[in-house]
Amino acid sequence: MRDRAVNFITRFYLLLIFLFLYSPIAVLMVLSFNDSRSRVVWGGFTLKWYERMFTSPHITDALVTTLALAFFASLLAVLIGFPASFGICMLRRSGRSVMMTLVNIPLLDADIVTGISMMLFFMRFMELSFSSVLIAHTVFCIPYVILALMPRVEAVDWTPYESALDLGATQPYAFLRMVMPQLYSGIISGFFMSLTMSMDDFAITYFTKGAGVNTLSTMIYGEIRKGIKPELYALSTVIFMAVLILLLAVNVATRKKGGETGEGRAY
Amino acid sequence: MRYVIRRTICAAMALVLAMTAAGCGGKAGSGSQTGKSLTVFNYSEYLDPEMIEKFTEETGIKIRYEEALTPEDMYTKYKSGAVNYDLLCTCDYMLGRLIREGEVVEIPFDSFENLDNIGKRYFDISKAFDPDHRYTLPYFWGTIGILYDTSVVKEPVDSWSVLFDHSYAGDIIMQNSIRDTYMVALKYLGYSLNTTDENEINEAQKLLIAQKPDVQAYLVDEARDEVVAGNAAMAVVYSGEAYLGHEYNENLEYVVPKEGSNIWIDSWCVTKNCKDMDAARQFLDFLCREDVAKANFEFIYYSTPNDAVVSSLPEEMKNDKALVPPDSVFENCEVCTRYDEETSRMYNELWKELKSG
Amino acid sequence: MTSEKKGWGLSFPFILWSVGFTLIPLAVITRYAFTDPDGGLTLDNVLAMGNRINGQAFLVSLLVAFICTLLCVLLAYPMVMAIRRLNLSSSAFILIFLILPMWMNFILRILAWQMILSDNGILNHFLTILGLPKVFIANTWLAVIIGVTYDYFPYMMLPIYTAVSAIEKDITEAARDLGAGTLGVFTRVIFPLSLPGLFSGITMVFVPSMTSFAVADILGGGKTQLIGNIIEQEFMRSSEMNLGSGLSISLMIFMLITLPVTVGRSGKEEGSRDI
Repeated sequence: MRDRAVNFITRFYLLLIFLFLYSPIAVLMVLSFNDSRSRVVWGGFTLKWYERMFTSPHITDALVTTLALAFFASLLAVLIGFPASFGICMLRRSGRSVMMTLVNIPLLDADIVTGISMMLFFMRFMELSFSSVLIAHTVFCIPYVILALMPRVEAVDWTPYESALDLGATQPYAFLRMVMPQLYSGIISGFFMSLTMSMDDFAITYFTKGAGVNTLSTMIYGEIRKGIKPELYALSTVIFMAVLILLLAVNVATRKKGGETGEGRAY
Repeated sequence: MRYVIRRTICAAMALVLAMTAAGCGGKAGSGSQTGKSLTVFNYSEYLDPEMIEKFTEETGIKIRYEEALTPEDMYTKYKSGAVNYDLLCTCDYMLGRLIREGEVVEIPFDSFENLDNIGKRYFDISKAFDPDHRYTLPYFWGTIGILYDTSVVKEPVDSWSVLFDHSYAGDIIMQNSIRDTYMVALKYLGYSLNTTDENEINEAQKLLIAQKPDVQAYLVDEARDEVVAGNAAMAVVYSGEAYLGHEYNENLEYVVPKEGSNIWIDSWCVTKNCKDMDAARQFLDFLCREDVAKANFEFIYYSTPNDAVVSSLPEEMKNDKALVPPDSVFENCEVCTRYDEETSRMYNELWKELKSG
Repeated sequence: MTSEKKGWGLSFPFILWSVGFTLIPLAVITRYAFTDPDGGLTLDNVLAMGNRINGQAFLVSLLVAFICTLLCVLLAYPMVMAIRRLNLSSSAFILIFLILPMWMNFILRILAWQMILSDNGILNHFLTILGLPKVFIANTWLAVIIGVTYDYFPYMMLPIYTAVSAIEKDITEAARDLGAGTLGVFTRVIFPLSLPGLFSGITMVFVPSMTSFAVADILGGGKTQLIGNIIEQEFMRSSEMNLGSGLSISLMIFMLITLPVTVGRSGKEEGSRDI
């Protein structure tokens, strides 16, 4: 009886958190069906924004730029952050705190300051372009990768790795077989954090982008005054649903695999 | 499985390198491009994108178009020199600053074909920041006034006093910007909005501090929507917002108070970096053409200085005080000029004091 | 010793990248911070943090950041425990759940909150239907706190969850077998083992929440000034690059002094766990 009550409270609590996190999302989704250009006026239900979404080449361009930027910045961040999180874990106290400070710097500065400092820096040796935004995004994505990975790296159980070495496996092979599986969830979470941060960033993108490079974020900020184009609510909803479905599919797939190894802790 | 992962990573790395290389190569290559091109820096949502395509079709000149949110961030990005902009469209006092700093060059108005479309009076008011009207071409203009909800505010509003007499406490939205907020207080007190007199400015500060408890919010972009939604009874807004506000909620009225207000004017200028003055001239001339100016007007519904467009409007639009400000605004409204550094620092500090008090 | 060397070797690409694209740009800003517009050396910009107005904004930001960080922690731990209790052990699912909202643009989410919280907003609409009195929290510091907490909750939740999910069920079950209640399991097992996660959560929440000027402007109606608003004003409205740089450098120095305390502690906790 008491267990049931506790279970009920637990579920209720999760529901509250769900509402807290998702009510703004629901509002935006509703707006994507609003037949009025103003976000505060309900003009009836319509699907027209979904139809018009891709007719504007500007929106499509911005979407492609945004996605490419997010993907490559996250990839770079993982490629740089993954070895670094091992490296940092191997260091002793003093070296470690120096490195953690370095990791934290991009998180410590206000976005505009990071954006402006990078702009001032870039202008000395390159014209602002897609590459400059890519570099800037990678800079602020790396900390998320490292911070997501480090607890995982620290918790790695090295015994299977050492046993594999004892059994004659080469180091890379043993690493890939015995250590990597323990890190996938960390890599995935770091990668997704990066993707998300990159998709969401405005200030840094704004200052480091060249003329003609537009992301969905810079587009949306530019439209606040005139009223955000409802096509963008529709597009956001589509992106949101696509990511949701993709992630759920991946999750179901990995869960099936996890079932084979007989553990509920599927990564 | 892991081969797949490894290969994906390798392929992706190669791609990144290729793209970075392409990016750097693009920089080296851009100078040697044969076709003409212009880099244009404008406020966001301030020009119909179709007109850019049209211009390229007609002249073969490519436009690299970039948008800014505020004059200040436009200035910051322009000044950094990270991108070479040929043309800027920005506001009055920022133009004054650019002119003083020698960042802009004269526009060859003599070779314009469509310059007659622009009313002479707009050049006249531009003299506040461009004394011999050599550097700037008016693009959009308007006033600042009060947008109010007639279903809440029953009496007619004709004075800034409605913002300060505590009768609508908690229902007022002010602009979240230094100049626009001090302008309101200075004008209400009967001073010039360009005053540098410390006593006058301090008096305005006292008034605004006393008003702060009555202010629901200091907003910029969302001010209009808050009145439309009925969350506030009145807001200080740009005239262009008022027209859109009325579209969404017909109870809304816009008034330029009798004490006078600010006439703002956004204009184009050609920067000293511009390599191809002829292309720049063609672009500006194109913007003055009636059909183009009309398309841009219908894109944003801000007041246009293009008299040809104004005279072609339907009667009801011509009579809309937000869309086509009446002549009376030229009598009691002022254009913002550039502050000297000391004054702007003083405003900066006072604003921080007001906001955090 | 070899491990130390190897550590530096593995970190090398990161170090290179950081020096190139983090430290050098930082040096550029630092140069602005310690000079006046004419190029002369000065400490005024950095020390400006101490003056009345900036200092007040700084204290307000500290308070807001503290409350928001605390709220995030208080919301996160019950959630971690709930997840454990209900055996929702798929970390991928939790990750989706937390991160997915961020795929809607930040400014859109904040505008949505404005629509929810405003006087005639969605929340009050529901309250009226339920026959409850309206709440007027739009344009107050409370709305800022809600917005900032909302925005940064995932950053607190994720590292804590990552740390806690690494704790094997066997350990908590062993604790239970030894007679620990739910509370005991939490205070003696889960909480201590989650500390590294908690500290990285604090890093990711506390600092950014001091500078989230957009939330203060939109949800707080511009009436709550965070230090981020001041910095934004110096850069974006007054074009005072030197002063803006000075303030952000002194904010950063403050963070660098206080953060190693937490980072250092997380190292210690981690050490004790290995035993």
